[in-house]
Amino acid sequence: MLEIKNLHARIAEDGTEILRGVNLTVKAGEVAAIMGPNGSGKSTLSYVLAGREDYEVTEGDILFNGESILEMDPAERAAAGIFLAFQYPMEIPGVATMEFLKVAMNAQRKVRGEDELKIPELMKRVRAAADELQMDMSMLKRPLNVGFSGGEKKRAEILQMKLLEPKLCVLDETDSGLDIDALKVVADGVNALRSPDRAVLVITHYQRLLEHIVPDTVHVLYRGRVATSGSKELALELERDGYAGLVGEAA
Amino acid sequence: MNMHMQTTRTPAEEALLEAFSKLSTGLPGNGPVAEKRQEAVELLRKGLPTRKVEAWHYTDLRRLLSRLPDLEATAAVTARASILPDSVVLSVLNGRADAPEEIEGITAATSAQKLADGTAAALLGFEASDDTVSAINSAFAADGFMLDIPAGTEVSRPIELQNLHAGGQTHTRFAVKVGAGATATIVERHSGEGEAFVSSVSHLDVADNANVNWIIVQDQPESVSHLGRINVNIGQHAKVGLFVMNAGGKLVRQELRIVAAGEYSELRLRGINLLAGQSHCDVTMVLDHAAPHTTSTELFRNVVTGRAEGAFQGQIRVAREAQKTDAKMACNTLLLSDEGGFSSKPELEIFADDVACGHGATVTDIEKDHLFYLMARGIDEKTARGLLVKAFLAEVIEELEDESIVDALETKLDAWFAAHG
Repeated sequence: MLEIKNLHARIAEDGTEILRGVNLTVKAGEVAAIMGPNGSGKSTLSYVLAGREDYEVTEGDILFNGESILEMDPAERAAAGIFLAFQYPMEIPGVATMEFLKVAMNAQRKVRGEDELKIPELMKRVRAAADELQMDMSMLKRPLNVGFSGGEKKRAEILQMKLLEPKLCVLDETDSGLDIDALKVVADGVNALRSPDRAVLVITHYQRLLEHIVPDTVHVLYRGRVATSGSKELALELERDGYAGLVGEAA
Repeated sequence: MNMHMQTTRTPAEEALLEAFSKLSTGLPGNGPVAEKRQEAVELLRKGLPTRKVEAWHYTDLRRLLSRLPDLEATAAVTARASILPDSVVLSVLNGRADAPEEIEGITAATSAQKLADGTAAALLGFEASDDTVSAINSAFAADGFMLDIPAGTEVSRPIELQNLHAGGQTHTRFAVKVGAGATATIVERHSGEGEAFVSSVSHLDVADNANVNWIIVQDQPESVSHLGRINVNIGQHAKVGLFVMNAGGKLVRQELRIVAAGEYSELRLRGINLLAGQSHCDVTMVLDHAAPHTTSTELFRNVVTGRAEGAFQGQIRVAREAQKTDAKMACNTLLLSDEGGFSSKPELEIFADDVACGHGATVTDIEKDHLFYLMARGIDEKTARGLLVKAFLAEVIEELEDESIVDALETKLDAWFAAHG
């Protein structure tokens, strides 16, 4: 589903190179964890996948279902089925959450040639998804993410993910700022989305989230490259020994 | 103070004087009214103000209003459906007021009548030599409506003063007196088709304990020069909600002259200026806090696209006796084009020592992060930008309590975005 080939990317503004030749393949149905110390390029990778303008790809390619997405803008990538759950979801005053959900869902439906969702059907879907995530519907009356706590923002991201039904879910540090109960609810939400035709990329610093979203593969990103890959046991080793030993070995 | 004495007249300056010599004998009013008109024309004879006149620094009227269209409209015009549901519509069509509809408990007359019988003479005239809008309108004002809402009256339906044209030159005068404890919602609406020169001056006199919402909606086509002004006087414990929306016009100057005259009077002023194409829009406010314990808030949100230029001048003057004044002013602009511009000039003149006054102005572009977030959910760039621009404006509209006003203004916004977004 996702093939990242020798991906080099830098910060557009100052040219600092962050990704220095990432190679990674994620198959449909797979849950892949990306781990790595701070500054290894994890968040950059997620932004480059989503098409954020602040980064420039200088070399390599990203193939999604066999086609390069590098020329696509963020909206086109999202419509193609890529979803990024943000580490720090933006607060957008003045944009009503329900209105946003309606516009986003219908924009993607339109690209896929599906009919627009009418308000009653939309409300039904939102209510069902919110219930599963134990979110209060009254939150959704507020402007988008405004005044949400850290945990509420993360839940709202997963809510959007459930509603938009992407093919590739990229979770950027979704566990940060969550207490253990919220973590379970969010993990259950992600697990419910696991399916043979969907892939999930879980980006995390800690092993904790991976106890709840059990990955098929684990990849360690270090200095802008995948330093080592393995099965879920690799995450446990990292938890026990830290990154130093492993990346030392790889380098 | 003949600051704008000019040696050669522009075509517009010539046209104004010619229009007066042609029209003056036919304009309503003799005696004091005619004298006021004559005084106004004497001021116009000295020429239109340039940017050297401080009040006109951002709007060089002499340069921008270089010529005038023909006097007469090019077509007939019919009244439109009101902006707010279930309104009483009083329309001025091509400068002539229709016979006013009967409104229960309210005395209504056309301004032509009030000028003809001389009772409106006191409304004519100008404050100072830079008060060009009042002067032009005093010279030419031909019609409009004058309403008297008696004390204690709750006017249940909104009243829409509808000023429509199909080109030509029109000069209207509106006056509404709101008696003590009365409540009313008034819409002042200016629109039309074709090339036109419009001046319109309104007077809102709000007696003690009264509560008035006054909404100005100007959506002239980009072939119209529009000079507007409202003079507001607010009595003790009275409340005025004033909303200004400019969504059109080639050259627009809207002046707001407000006096918080009575103790504990309150003004809530909100405005949206939508600028597109090559338009020039200037909102100039002079607000006097003249009594103790008066409160005012002023918030403007502007969107500038294309090569449009905008300006907001906000002057708040707090008199020595106006202790415990609370005044807050803000002007925020979303500048969506490198070729457009917006100038903001706040001015506080405070002579009392126990007051809370503040102002702030910002000019920004759309937040890139916000745009990315929306696009990352599959919303295309144009739609995402539209959502963010509306969000910027929504804050001004949504705090209005009346749902029907919110809906009506949002409909106007949508129409503007459909045409310019």
